[in-house]
Amino acid sequence: MATPQAIRPTQINVPIETESVKASPMAKLKIRNLNFYYGSFQALHDIDMAIQPNKITAFIGPSGCGKSTFLRTMNRMNETVRNTKVEGELLLDDENLLTMDVTNVRRRVGMVFQKSNPFPKSIFDNVAYGLHVNGIRKKSVIEDAVQRSLEHAALWTEVKDTLNRPASALSGGQQQRLCIARALAVEPEVLLLDEPCSALDPIATLKIEELLFQIKNLTTIVIVTHNMQQAARLADSTGFFLLGKLIEFNDTRKIFQNPGKKETEDYVTGRFG
Amino acid sequence: MATSTLSQQDSRLAVHSLFKRARGGDEIAYLLTLASAVGILVIVGLIVVELWINSQPTVHRFGFSFLTGTRWDPNGDHFGALPFIYGTCVTSLLALLIAVPFGVAASIFLAEMAPPGISNVLTFLIELLAAVPSVIYGLIGIFVLVPFNRDYLVPVLTHLFGYLPIFKGDFYGVSFLSAGLVLSVMVVPFIVSVSREVLLAVPREQREASLALGTTKWETTWQIVIPNASTGIIGSIFLALARALGETMAVTMVIGNTPKITASLLSPGYSIAAVIANEFAEASGSLYVSSLIFLGLVLFGLTIVINALARIFVITTQRRGS
Repeated sequence: MATPQAIRPTQINVPIETESVKASPMAKLKIRNLNFYYGSFQALHDIDMAIQPNKITAFIGPSGCGKSTFLRTMNRMNETVRNTKVEGELLLDDENLLTMDVTNVRRRVGMVFQKSNPFPKSIFDNVAYGLHVNGIRKKSVIEDAVQRSLEHAALWTEVKDTLNRPASALSGGQQQRLCIARALAVEPEVLLLDEPCSALDPIATLKIEELLFQIKNLTTIVIVTHNMQQAARLADSTGFFLLGKLIEFNDTRKIFQNPGKKETEDYVTGRFG
Repeated sequence: MATSTLSQQDSRLAVHSLFKRARGGDEIAYLLTLASAVGILVIVGLIVVELWINSQPTVHRFGFSFLTGTRWDPNGDHFGALPFIYGTCVTSLLALLIAVPFGVAASIFLAEMAPPGISNVLTFLIELLAAVPSVIYGLIGIFVLVPFNRDYLVPVLTHLFGYLPIFKGDFYGVSFLSAGLVLSVMVVPFIVSVSREVLLAVPREQREASLALGTTKWETTWQIVIPNASTGIIGSIFLALARALGETMAVTMVIGNTPKITASLLSPGYSIAAVIANEFAEASGSLYVSSLIFLGLVLFGLTIVINALARIFVITTQRRGS
């Protein structure tokens, strides 16, 4: 049996097999031979992927399959965890993301988390925070950006009269949309979402799905989800992860209707997971 | 009687069920914990009542003017508490002024920047400071700090800031300044250990949310972590203040024990706790004793007022923050 090391060189040089990856010259994010370790435990094995601009890319897979870890390598959030190591290549617009200034990476690649985490500040200040720390001081610019971000996050009409109230007074779904607005305020090129709806009811979930669809033209969206229907509804491309490996990455329709791998078929038809 | 109206069988059943329930533990646990809680309150109440009863001669003689009187003359049977109140407040505030910046900065380093192993060792060492008996601090104050102040610190201070009233006058070593410095070292461990804990308790999600917007680690610490922990940090400062207000031994040894009110920190002074400790044994006459007891009540009231202010402050800032 060939070791991964033996396979790797051919994978780099030969055009990669799946359809979504074929268009890689115009990809927003290119990932090659990505390996990730928590101490001595290898959480990701030789991931290759190209993420297309202004599309929604979804990652599915059972718990612990590495999909969130993979997402968190894309804005280098994993670096905040001690004793981790990343190997391989991560390109953002053909720039090496792993050697860029980390604050610059995270400004360009925003993130929304599983648990909504507004700051203990007012609604307005939550959205304005990213602008403040990025050196924007002009009041009119900030006010415009806050309104625009809240509109994109489909929250503006609900909060426009209560911008100075604490964010904690909002409902769970509103808080998560506020977190999306906060991330959008710094105009990220890529928006990563780590199971953003897992704590929300179906109506709040639907609202977020709708808004993600609306903001596709502004940014590139990568979403990790436990909910296969959500991936099927939302995503242009879907990747299926299992035990730290990317089993299959293809157009969403292909993944759900005509999967190329046995494991993918078993998972999407509910035979395991 | 209630039991006489019950048939014998009923009463036996009632006793049986009472035992059964008591064996379940709920009632016993309730009574025991209630008794403990009430007992503590009763002790606090008794302290106040006893202090009040025993300070009656002074209350009758001087009334409110005891608090504002500046003359403390046991031989002339004239007692005023203001120099002691002043000394207690000045030394405590001076201690906080020095200890808060150092303590908060140290806790930020230990919680946010130092590797966990180093942080734990350093925190242990800092917490050891709180375990040093206060008489040791007093000795170090007399034999190390006072000479150091006289030879190095005060000449520099008077040279640079001699025009300020707080640094005017002669310096003999024992003073408000020396007492404040000793106190600041004594209260720093309270600030550090409590502040570090509350900083560490700030949820990971808050830090990640900020970092994900492209902030540096320091921006996240300063703008998100510290505001999240501010209530706890303020709590630690008031804990330190309560400690400083009541500290007796170390202050007595370095404050100079002179009941005078002067603006200069270089002058000797006196504090409430110090005068009680120093003069109680030789107090003769009921008015002298009752004046010292009344001073104890004043100190008690001072700590209660400050703690209440702290609580109000924390509640109002919390409401605004989240």
